[in-house]
Amino acid sequence: MNTVIVLLDAPEPWQIGFQDSATPGFEGIVALHDSILFYLVLILVSVFWILFAIINNFNSTKSGITYKYLNHGTLLELIWTITPALVLIAIAFPSFKLLYTLDEVIDPSLTIKVTGHQWYWSYEYSDMLAENGESIEFESYMVPESDLEEGQLRLLAVDSNLIVPVNTHIRFIVTSTDVIHDFAVPSLGLKIDATPGRLNQTSALIERAGIFYGQCSEICGVWHGFMPIVVEAVEVSDFFAWVDSN
Amino acid sequence: MSADAKAQEQPVKRVLQTVGFDARFPNQNQTKHCFQSYIDYHKCINAKGEDFAPCKQFSRAYKSLCPNDWISRFDEQREAGTFPASLEP
Ligand SMILES: [Cu+2]
Repeated sequence: MNTVIVLLDAPEPWQIGFQDSATPGFEGIVALHDSILFYLVLILVSVFWILFAIINNFNSTKSGITYKYLNHGTLLELIWTITPALVLIAIAFPSFKLLYTLDEVIDPSLTIKVTGHQWYWSYEYSDMLAENGESIEFESYMVPESDLEEGQLRLLAVDSNLIVPVNTHIRFIVTSTDVIHDFAVPSLGLKIDATPGRLNQTSALIERAGIFYGQCSEICGVWHGFMPIVVEAVEVSDFFAWVDSN
Repeated sequence: MSADAKAQEQPVKRVLQTVGFDARFPNQNQTKHCFQSYIDYHKCINAKGEDFAPCKQFSRAYKSLCPNDWISRFDEQREAGTFPASLEP
């Protein structure tokens, strides 16, 4: 397949922010992060305000009014107990809402089986079995540094991308054959353990074509850092063309 | 225009379909969904025969969900009589 590759969806050196989102799931995660960050800034400012106020007003040379005989304050204790509880509730509710929303896989149109191995990923598509009943199966290895071509990303490029259609509800069934790995693609909001003997389910609705990079995210042995994931989202017609060519 | 060329111009209708949500398996853990579908398929064909069309539903389910490695392992166990579940209808 001739695809023009534009590296818009790759991580950058020293990147601090998120990668651009490509699924509603990841948009929800970013929104939750941002709203939690509001409380984080609020707490940070108030704690440091009090800290610096105390240091400033009650140092060895300067002693303001000290409440020498005040050792109990019911109102104050109520405030500093109930306020953190309210903050925790305000964080927990949107968090659970998002968690359970992401967990739903209601009406998928495509199932892709993802298997982690030491140290590569393999993929199986068995929904559209060929005449002889064979499913599409392939392994995906990192391209070693010596084989990199112009424009390929070191430690991220693989020899065969995971080709998926855009605007399609995709179910991923994730498992492993040896130790625990973790299938993670930040732009798609995916991060799920690949556990031997267990099938974990997650889903993604990719809203734009692109190439999305991810890495194994559960320490799995010496080459843990060298089993990247590349998801290539293409138009549905291109996806079928790819299916036919396999 | 020949019929052949006409057929080529018509876009081929393709279906993107997979096993749907099953209320028995609402969890992230779908291991049982695969295993139970495999059992259901073999119970179904043992009762109604290989060609009974409704059994196809179960085979599509287990083929979509079970890793191919697992399927061949299940098949081997079935042939050796060591499959850990009853497949009697
Ligand atoms: Cu790993």
